[in-house]
Amino acid sequence: MSNTPTTPGADAPGADQTDTAETAVETAPTEIYGHPLSDSRGQTVVHVPRAAYLGLIKQLADDGYMQVSDLCAVDYLTHPGRGLPDGFAAERFEVVVNLLDIEHRRRLRVRVQIPVDDATCPTLFDVHPGTEAMEREAFDMFGIVFSDHPDLTRILMPEDWEGHPLRKDYAVGVIPVQFSNDYRTATRPSVVPGVPA
Amino acid sequence: MTQTIDSGNTRTDSHGKVHETVHNADHEIEKATLVAQTSEGGQELRPRSELSAKELMREVGAVLRISESEAAALGAVDNVVPGTTGDAEDQTMIINMGPQHPSTHGVLRLMLELQGETVLRCKPIIGYLHTGMEKTGEELTFMQGGTNVTRMDYVSPLNNELVFSMATEKLLGIDQDIPERAVWMRMLLSEMNRMSSHLLFMATNGMDLGAVSMMLYGWREREEVLRFFQKVTGLRMNHNFIRPGGLAADLPAGWRDDVLRLLEMIPPRLEEYDILMTGQPIWRDRLQGVGVITAQEALALGATGPILRSTGTPWDLRRDMPYLRYEDVEFDVIVGTYGDCFDRFAIRLNEIRESMRIVRQILDKMPSGDYRIQNKKVTPPPRARIDESMEALIHHFKIFTEGFKVPEGEVYVAIESPRGEIGCYIASDGSAKPYRMHVRGPSFVNLQCLPHMMRNCLVADAVAIISSVDPVLGEVDR
Repeated sequence: MSNTPTTPGADAPGADQTDTAETAVETAPTEIYGHPLSDSRGQTVVHVPRAAYLGLIKQLADDGYMQVSDLCAVDYLTHPGRGLPDGFAAERFEVVVNLLDIEHRRRLRVRVQIPVDDATCPTLFDVHPGTEAMEREAFDMFGIVFSDHPDLTRILMPEDWEGHPLRKDYAVGVIPVQFSNDYRTATRPSVVPGVPA
Repeated sequence: MTQTIDSGNTRTDSHGKVHETVHNADHEIEKATLVAQTSEGGQELRPRSELSAKELMREVGAVLRISESEAAALGAVDNVVPGTTGDAEDQTMIINMGPQHPSTHGVLRLMLELQGETVLRCKPIIGYLHTGMEKTGEELTFMQGGTNVTRMDYVSPLNNELVFSMATEKLLGIDQDIPERAVWMRMLLSEMNRMSSHLLFMATNGMDLGAVSMMLYGWREREEVLRFFQKVTGLRMNHNFIRPGGLAADLPAGWRDDVLRLLEMIPPRLEEYDILMTGQPIWRDRLQGVGVITAQEALALGATGPILRSTGTPWDLRRDMPYLRYEDVEFDVIVGTYGDCFDRFAIRLNEIRESMRIVRQILDKMPSGDYRIQNKKVTPPPRARIDESMEALIHHFKIFTEGFKVPEGEVYVAIESPRGEIGCYIASDGSAKPYRMHVRGPSFVNLQCLPHMMRNCLVADAVAIISSVDPVLGEVDR
């Protein structure tokens, strides 16, 4: 077995559940509404600039992607060099939306780059009300502000919590072990020293 | 407060603290300090006078886009008691239900606005069981990750392990190379887990509605299934048995007899459930027409699993986006008609029967062979080899201390858990630990249906509705 992943072909057995109609046909489209499509382990991914994000989701909703299966964010602070299509600058945050088309039985993943100095993103609440809790979770965990969200409050952490735990510069914390060398000095840091916030 | 507020509205919470929300129409946010972003406001249900139309609309359960005047009409308090003012604050009462309440299935807290016995608004407040499992997942190797995800939905742990393993395998590019026996064993365990989970639903649903003997029966049958799991995996729950590359061990001797015994024992018990509940008038009165949701609303809210199927939408990932070998077995997708609590009860009851049907076919088709992939990268050497080979010992040590490296990339894999679509999004940076591991918990998303289902129902029905959503708070809060 090599490290390189195999791309499942059209004749792949059904274990590949995300094999969409688009990847199965030979002439797979390379873009959708002008946004570049890419392939990630046989799954279709579209990258979109933040300004066009809401518009694309609306167009896709009209095309049948009527459910948002999942919306989450990723903090790429310590892994900036990931592969993005031409014309996309890697930013610290990324919002990842997994769309589901029930009629055509296909999935599509939308990835949006969110810069840290302006960590805002339009809400999908008006198109898909089901993203309400997911966006609150992304806000809670990463501090990405979803503008026009009806109730953008913390959802999992307590109201008065400081910081956004899933950011990469937020340490997991340590429990001091008795009789160890650092017992007296070990505390529970909330922020890793030396890493820019 | 160090933020510049452009078009924010000011709210006051119960402690008299002033909170400000930033709408940032033109994305004008100051350099975000952590403190500034943590005072975004209370999570609790607040009086109507402090709400925006949009927020009110969500809390009264308006799902689809409606105009603000319609939202206001939805939010208006009817049936004003004579001799009082029409102010909502005079007419209604906001109360807490949970987080310590027997019918909230753990630590779910609902804030309800009541007018008499009628629920006008509802807001689920969650997070009481949050233990940062996604953060923990970033600190554990792919090898260890199973122990973490299995504790999320603790009622169907094997499905959690399965989705995590499938996502890891997809990143490794070995998802097509898993041995046949391992795939069929995974299916067997997944279906048995669906049975145990739905049996537990039968128990809790009965208990919530006052059918206390049903609670005992449900737990009793579930325990029989768990006994089988204990024999196979060594544990009743939190098995960490399905791992990237296959399973931890082969099925034990005599497993077939144990499964056959279960398949013989459970159907007559389900008949008893039918007598006790399905056809019983009190049971039907409590459930029929309660907590109704339409297909369009369920889809918009992201609901999956029995909630979506109760609306008549035949959507089951096992059939519609088959994984494992579900295309090789025959089963029916059970759908409802009315989208009410009774449909959700009946769907789960019949899904137990369908799962047994699948298990029967698995018994016939279970191939022989390996239970895990023979790929040295992800599979530790057999125990016997460690005694005689130094290399095997080193290999074993390395794989358990350092784990295996997973190529860079990101995948989202979803399967059908007893509660709906459970998905796992993993982004890998090429190291032995997931860079980001996110689990889309079906209960977390399904809970959003509560305000909609509860509008204008009675408090007693609220209990039935929570129960019919069948949330597992370990997965909601993660």
